[in-house]
Amino acid sequence: MTQRLLFLLPVLLFVVLAGYFLWGLSPDRDPQALPSAMIDNPTPDFDLPPVPGLDQPGFASADLGKGEVVMVNFFASWCVPCRAEHPYLTDLAEQTGVPLYGINHRDKPEAAAAWLAELGNPYSRIGADAGRGAVEWGVSGVPETFILDGEGRIRYHHRGPLLGPLIEQEVEPMLRALRQ
Amino acid sequence: MKVLGIILALLLAMPVVVLAVPVVALEPDEILDDPVLEQRARDLSKVIRCVVCQNESIDSSNAEIAREVRLLVRERMVDGDTDQQVLDYLVARYGDFVLLRPPMKASTYLLWFGPGIVLVLGMIGVFVFFRRQRAAPVAAAPLSAEEEQRLSHLLGEPEETRPQEAGAENAGNGTAGRQ
Repeated sequence: MTQRLLFLLPVLLFVVLAGYFLWGLSPDRDPQALPSAMIDNPTPDFDLPPVPGLDQPGFASADLGKGEVVMVNFFASWCVPCRAEHPYLTDLAEQTGVPLYGINHRDKPEAAAAWLAELGNPYSRIGADAGRGAVEWGVSGVPETFILDGEGRIRYHHRGPLLGPLIEQEVEPMLRALRQ
Repeated sequence: MKVLGIILALLLAMPVVVLAVPVVALEPDEILDDPVLEQRARDLSKVIRCVVCQNESIDSSNAEIAREVRLLVRERMVDGDTDQQVLDYLVARYGDFVLLRPPMKASTYLLWFGPGIVLVLGMIGVFVFFRRQRAAPVAAAPLSAEEEQRLSHLLGEPEETRPQEAGAENAGNGTAGRQ
């Protein structure tokens, strides 16, 4: 009997391998997606000056975690997905009233100003980041968005553009939960 | 033959050529004045992954973020951080993904020891297989008459011998008839 079962071994192996392939090749899986190590971290240590030419203050660690839920968004004028998420972010900030802080990553000040003039400016503060800010925040590219709770703890981190379905499914529920 | 030799020589030389090309993205302005510290930074840079390039170290990647992390590594070293402290700093922000060499911990035991386990299981399998073969050599059952007949048929004997046999029989009959 055991001898007979042994013949089933290749079939079993095939099923296991096929399972892995199915998972690995599934179009829903993004092999580049990397989990955030920032969730539940306290506010990163940073101090960003304002973008020259914009009459908006920059911000630093001390400005976050003052009892208010805040969204922090890394963006750049040269970044195409940032342009895609811009209207969604604008709507989100308007509709929820949650302050949206921007971090302008590796950008020319005049290009950033022109970009905001063209698309509108949903940010209540904008810090200029020459590169180190992104590393402090564990950011690997733009756009990336964080939600910090009232104590300044990072509760949500998304890499890539924040678009409609994601906002409905993840961001809005998170904001509602945090503001209760 | 000569052509084959040349091709073979080229193939053999390929890894040497490939390895001889230094893959360094380091820019002159990043290099520290202290050669010992610089060497430490270079060595450490080789095990830190550039987070946007999937499988390249910050030492060989020329992505902006790789440069930023290279500068940061040097800054922290100048400030007196140990290699481990620098790595911890990066892991706190980018997770274990930032390390090209996965750390040894409960969630990675399978990764580290899996191949060894598979090898040991395979060796046990082979060992058991050969031992069983030796312990119980298959006793050759004698062929039945039917099998014997089929075997001689397959070996092609009947086709050649049958007519002769038939002839011999006929001859026998013949002689019998004559007798």
